[in-house]
Amino acid sequence: MHLIDCPWCGPRDEAEFAYRGDATVTRPAPDAGIDAFYDYVFTRANPRGWHVEWWHHAAGCRQHVKVVRHTMTHAIAATGRATDILEVPAA
Amino acid sequence: MTRYSGLRLLGHALSGHARWPRAWRAPDPKPSYDVVIIGGGGHGLASAYYLAKEHGITNVAVVEKGPIGLGNTGRNTTIVRSNYLFPENNHFYEWSLKLWEGLEQDLNFNVMMSQRGVLNLFHSDSQRAASARRGNSMRLNGIDAELLDREQVKAMVPLLDYDNARFPVFGGLLQRRGGTARHDAVAWGFARAADARGVDIIQHCEVTGIRREGGRVTGVETTRGFIGARKVGIAVAGNTSRVAAMAGLRLPIESHVLQAFVTEGLKPLVDMVVTFGAGHFYISQSDKGGLVFGGGLDGYNSYAQRGSLPTVEHVWAAGVAMMPCLSRLRVLRQWGGVMDMTMDGSPLICRTPVEGLYLNGGWCYGGFKATPGSGWCFAHTIANDAPHRFNAAMTIERFREGRAIDERGAGPYPWAQ
Repeated sequence: MHLIDCPWCGPRDEAEFAYRGDATVTRPAPDAGIDAFYDYVFTRANPRGWHVEWWHHAAGCRQHVKVVRHTMTHAIAATGRATDILEVPAA
Repeated sequence: MTRYSGLRLLGHALSGHARWPRAWRAPDPKPSYDVVIIGGGGHGLASAYYLAKEHGITNVAVVEKGPIGLGNTGRNTTIVRSNYLFPENNHFYEWSLKLWEGLEQDLNFNVMMSQRGVLNLFHSDSQRAASARRGNSMRLNGIDAELLDREQVKAMVPLLDYDNARFPVFGGLLQRRGGTARHDAVAWGFARAADARGVDIIQHCEVTGIRREGGRVTGVETTRGFIGARKVGIAVAGNTSRVAAMAGLRLPIESHVLQAFVTEGLKPLVDMVVTFGAGHFYISQSDKGGLVFGGGLDGYNSYAQRGSLPTVEHVWAAGVAMMPCLSRLRVLRQWGGVMDMTMDGSPLICRTPVEGLYLNGGWCYGGFKATPGSGWCFAHTIANDAPHRFNAAMTIERFREGRAIDERGAGPYPWAQ
């Protein structure tokens, strides 16, 4: 069970959010080539550990919240706005 | 191998079942093998078995970090079927189903294969059209499928909510040859049969690295030392990304959690596998009487083997919408498994860019039914260094080449598959 601290709304139940995946992938330049786009669309680091990811506050403020969450313990280390650079714990 | 039979059962009954020999050995790892399979689940054990049986490669080890069969092999809802739309999938799953049909004789092990039928309900005209299309695709590929109307479904499964205001039952797509099997017995049966053909099953031996020289695999580092190998197969669905990363591979896979449930024991209530068409829900009844059911993913990356309560509530709500009599039952057990979700919902059985390293994974939440077919195709791929036509499309490269096998049409969003 996740309690996600939305920067706009405060701590909210995960049921209000829609998961939107890995937040570390960034869209390559238009001329970056097929391999860069293949990696962007399809491949993922898929860590067992801290994962930076998007949660869309779909049933709340409708903002995208950036979350640092552990994929083994489900602990949340930090949340922030889309442009925030969040600190990822070492282990 | 001591053959199991009714007569032998009777003989051992007379001695109080105290003298059964162990079903497989517990060998120490040899310095090297022709093939090392990483992962002692159903798929890894089946791969080793078919390497020995079909290709005569018996100098094989299966290395497993815990006891065999305790990952997703022991965490599924035991459904076996081959009712897919796309030929790339339905040829493969049909071959797997055919292996299931002869598996008990082949392994000399009772896997309790029960072809009780798999019924997919539909609740609208457009869903009927989609079901008819899938059924036609199956029949064109030689697989049994029957499109049932509402009255035919009612005669088979009387307890559904046929006049649900939002999701009235219009009919169902039935595959009579589908059904269930005893999941643990599948792991044990393959382990015993593989062991009998000389395969070493090494439990409590975790792989910590994949050693390579000049772009070629030379063996695996484990918690019990280095084990040399000419070829290495990965069959660790759930943890594929982590093991493949040991060989420098980055894959189109995310790990997600899927929950399943068993209720208190009941007298016979559902004598087939029934799936809801208006939500993700599937149910069958075990021989002990408990209803076994599950739904969709929790929908976030996880390796935790446990999920969240909103999903529990959602799965139950779908179940009660389909079959209102479930609302008064108690769940006795609930658990989660880690699904290897690919970006198109279809699996990987293929070579990798590393010579001598082969990959079997990406089973999403459909790995159990594939167990024998997966092992058979993976063994073929390893033995011949080339895929069989049944798994030729199940490559990593398909994503880059625009040949995704997206059965559900969900796009590259694993949480939506």
